[in-house]
Amino acid sequence: MSHANNQAEKIKAISGVNPLKCMKCGKCSATCPAFNEMDIKPHQFVSYVQNGDIEALANSKSLWKCLSCFACVERCPRDVQPGRLIDAARQIVVRTKGQTGLAPEEIPELLDSEVPQQLLVSAFRRYRR
Amino acid sequence: MQRIGVFVCHCGSNIAATVDVKKVVEMVQMEPGVVHAEDYQYMCSEAGQAKIAAAIHEKNLTGIVVCSCSPRMHETTFRTAAERAGLNPYMVEIANLREHCSWIHKDMEEATKKAVILARAAIAKVNLNTPLKPGESLVTKRALVIGGGIAGIQTAIDIADAGYEVDIVEKTPSIGGRMSQLDKTFPTLDCSACILTPKMVEAASHEKITIYTYSEVDKVSGFVGDFTVDIRKKARSVDATKCTGCGVCQEKCPSKKAPSEFNRGLNTRSAIYTPFAQAIPNVPVIDRDACMKFQTGKCGVCEKVCQAGAIDYTQKDEIVTQKYGAIVVATGFDTIKLDNYDEYAYSQSKDVITSLELERIMNAAGPTKGHLERLSDGKHPHEIVFIQCVGSRCSDDRGKSYCSKICCMYTAKHAMLIRDKYPDVNVTVFYIDVRTPGKNFDEFYRRAVEEYGVNYIKGQVGKVIPQPDGKLLVQGSDLLDNKQILKEADMVVLATAIEPEASVRKIATMLTASIDTNNFLTEAHPKLRPVESPTAGVFLSGVCQGPKDIPETVAQAGAAAVKAIGLLAKDKLMTNPCTAKADELMCNGCSTCANVCPYGAISYEEKEINDHGIREVRRVAVVNNALCQGCGACTVACPSGSMDLQGFSNRQIIAEVDAICR
Ligand SMILES: Cc1cc2nc3c(=O)[nH]c(=O)nc-3n(C[C@H](O)[C@H](O)[C@H](O)COP(=O)(O)OP(=O)(O)OC[C@H]3O[C@@H](n4cnc5c(N)ncnc54)[C@H](O)[C@@H]3O)c2cc1C
Ligand code: SF4
Ligand code: SF4
Ligand code: SF4
Ligand code: SF4
Repeated sequence: MSHANNQAEKIKAISGVNPLKCMKCGKCSATCPAFNEMDIKPHQFVSYVQNGDIEALANSKSLWKCLSCFACVERCPRDVQPGRLIDAARQIVVRTKGQTGLAPEEIPELLDSEVPQQLLVSAFRRYRR
Repeated sequence: MQRIGVFVCHCGSNIAATVDVKKVVEMVQMEPGVVHAEDYQYMCSEAGQAKIAAAIHEKNLTGIVVCSCSPRMHETTFRTAAERAGLNPYMVEIANLREHCSWIHKDMEEATKKAVILARAAIAKVNLNTPLKPGESLVTKRALVIGGGIAGIQTAIDIADAGYEVDIVEKTPSIGGRMSQLDKTFPTLDCSACILTPKMVEAASHEKITIYTYSEVDKVSGFVGDFTVDIRKKARSVDATKCTGCGVCQEKCPSKKAPSEFNRGLNTRSAIYTPFAQAIPNVPVIDRDACMKFQTGKCGVCEKVCQAGAIDYTQKDEIVTQKYGAIVVATGFDTIKLDNYDEYAYSQSKDVITSLELERIMNAAGPTKGHLERLSDGKHPHEIVFIQCVGSRCSDDRGKSYCSKICCMYTAKHAMLIRDKYPDVNVTVFYIDVRTPGKNFDEFYRRAVEEYGVNYIKGQVGKVIPQPDGKLLVQGSDLLDNKQILKEADMVVLATAIEPEASVRKIATMLTASIDTNNFLTEAHPKLRPVESPTAGVFLSGVCQGPKDIPETVAQAGAAAVKAIGLLAKDKLMTNPCTAKADELMCNGCSTCANVCPYGAISYEEKEINDHGIREVRRVAVVNNALCQGCGACTVACPSGSMDLQGFSNRQIIAEVDAICR
C-alpha cells in the first residue's frame, strides 16, 4: 500500500468515517462557521480523503481553523461526520514521530477565544521517541 | 419407488459461471430414485421445457427436480410444463441454485458442492411427494378500493367500466386525495381541479361504483376471491339522503376555529364542513370535537337553518359488511413532519412553509385566495428560496433514505409559476441534484432556468435563521463556486419528503399484505409483478406502493385495475392444495391448532373413529381447505403430531434435512 493510501486508511480508521457515504450535497459547508477561513472546505475534506490526497489536507489551513463545533456532523444527512476527518488529520499531524509538540510557554501567545480546546490538547502530545 | 429426473439449468452464465453444472449432473445420478439427469443452458425456454417433457415420456418419470433459479421465479413455469407432459404438477420440486448458491458464492468448488447438496435435498423430498389436486373456490364479482385519491378513483372507474361492482372507501369526507389540494400540475401546468373534478364526478355517477366517504375499513377476513370486509361509516351527523348541499349550515355555524385539514391548517373552517367547494359528495359532516352542540349542548344552529331537515345529531357509526373478490389499496401519502429539521426554522417562522402549503397559498380557493403573500404579515415577498430534498435521501435517522421523486419537478413548477405571475419576485432554488427523468420533464426544468430566470444553486442549505425584522437569513452552499452563501429571503419553501399515509400499517396488517421498512406496500415482484401484493387478491395503486407523480399514478392505477379484472373475470379459482390435514387417528381434539390458526380454518367434529379395531366417537380437528393458507402454524403447535401440511409434510422436511446433513 502506498504511503498516501496508508495515511487515508489511517484517517478513516481514527475517525471511523466512510467517505463513500457522502452524496456531495454541501450541507456541511453550508453550516460551517469557519468556512470563510478555510482553504479546503468541509465537503472537500471528504473527497480529499476519498482520493487519498492527505498531504494537501495535512498542510491545509483548515486543520487549524476548524472549531470542532461539529455542526457539520450534526447536520449531514448521510451521517458522514466530516468534522471527524479533520480531527483525525490533525491528530496525525501532531502525533507524527520526530515532530515537536507544543511547549507550555508557547500557549499564551496562541491562546485566544477561538482556538478549539481539542486542538490544544492534541498539540501538547509529544512524539519524540 | 419414484422414477426421478433431474434438470440442471445454466441460467446463461448466472449459474454455470460459478457452479460446475456437469459435475452436478454426474453427482445426482447416484441419488436414490434418480433415473435421468441432464443440463441445459436455459431450462425455462421452450427448448428446455421440451427436454423435460421428452424425458418424462421416455423415462416414465414420476417426479422431477429442476435445479434453477428461485421457485418464486419459475416454479409455476416448470409445474405447468410437467402437467402438460402428463405429470402431476406437485411432483415437481425446485432446487434454487441461483439465489441460494451461484449468486452468493465466488468459489466454484464450494459452490458446486453446495449445489449438489441442494439438489440432493430436493430429490429426497420428491421421493416422498404424492400427487395433489387443487380444490376450487368461487369468486365474488365485486372489488373494494381503499383510498379515494386519484389512484383509487382511476382504479375504480377502470374496474367499473369492465362491468364489475366497485366500492371506494375513503376516510375523509370527500374523495379527491392530495391532487385536490394541488393548484396546477406539471408538466403541462393544467389546473389540478379542472382535470380531477370530472373524474370525481365520473366515479360518483358511475352506476357500478358505490362511494363510502368518511369511512374506514374495520375488519377483513377471507381470502382471494372471497373476502368479507366490515366498513365503518362514521357518523356524519347529516342525513345524506336529505341534504341538498346548499351550504347554509357551514355559513351560519358559529364555531369557526377548527384548523382546515384541506388547507393544511393555514386557516380555519366551521365545525360542520365539506373540505372544499367541489367535494364529492357535497354533503357536510359535523366534526364533533369542534361542534358546540356536542361539546356543551348549546347551539343547534345548523339544525335550525337547514331547510332540508338533514341535520341528525343522533346519528351513529354504522357497519356495512360486504363481500369482495379483489381488494385494491390506494391509501396514498402525506408529507413528513419537520420536527427533526429545526435548522430550517419551520416551527419558528410562519414564512417557512412546505411545498404542499405553497400549493394551497397559490390556489384561488386557498387561505390567501391565491395571492402570494407572507403568512406572518401578509406582505408581498420579493425573495423566495426553495430548498430541495428536505428529509429525503437521508441515511441518518432523522429522515427518509429514499428520493421522494416528485419534488424536483414540483419545485421547478412552483418557481416557474411564481416568476410567471410575479416577475418582480426573485426565486432561488438550492438543489443537490435535479432529477427529472420523465417525458418532457427535463425540458420543463430547463424552461424554469432559461425562460423564467430561476436561480438554481447546487448545494444544500445548512440553516435558516429568522431575523428580528422578519426576514429569513438562508445559509447555504454554492458547491460550483465553492462559496458559502448568505441570502436574505422573505419566504422559504421546503420540498418536504413524502411518506406513506400512516394508517397503511393498520390496513396492511388487516390484509396480511407486506410493507417495507419505509411503510410502502411491497409488490409481489419488483419488476414482473409491480401492482400485485404478495397476498393473493390484493393489488396496489398509487403512492402507497412508492413515490409517484400523477401520470405514473394513473398508469399504475389502470394496471392494478386490469389485474383485479383478471381475477374478477374468473368464476372459480384453483385453491392451493398444500393445506393442513389432521391425522384423525392421532388427533386428541385438544384445540391447540384452532387457537393458533390466523385464518380460522380449523373446526372440530365428533366423529366415529376406528382405532385399530376399537370404535369410538372422538373429537377431531377438521381443516377447511378453502380457508387454510398453508402457513403451517398448526403443524408446529399440534402436541400429538397429528397435523401435517400436504406437500410439506414433516417427513418430507426431515428427509430434506437428512439429505443436507448426509
Ligand atoms: C406539493 C406537491 C405537489 C405536487 N405536484 C404535482 C404535479 O404538479 N404533478 C404531478 O403529476 N404530481 C404532483 N404531485 C404528486 C401527486 O400529489 C401524487 O402523485 C398523487 O396525489 C398520488 O395519488 P394517490 O391517489 O396515490 O394518493 P393520495 O392523493 O394521497 O390519495 C390517497 C387517498 O386515500 C385516502 N386514505 C388514506 N388512508 C386511508 C385509509 N386507511 N382508509 C381510507 N382512505 C384512506 C386519503 O384520504 C386520500 O384521499 C405533487 C405532490 C405534492 C406533495
Ligand atoms: S453534509 Fe455530508 S453528505 Fe453532504 S457534502 Fe457534507 S459530508 Fe457529504
Ligand atoms: S350545532 Fe355544531 S355544527 Fe351545527 S351550527 Fe352549531 S356548532 Fe356548527
Ligand atoms: S425528487 Fe429531487 S428534491 Fe425530491 S428528494 Fe429527489 S432529488 Fe430531492
Ligand atoms: S396451515 Fe394450519 S394454521 Fe395455517 S392456515 Fe392452514 S389450518 Fe390455519
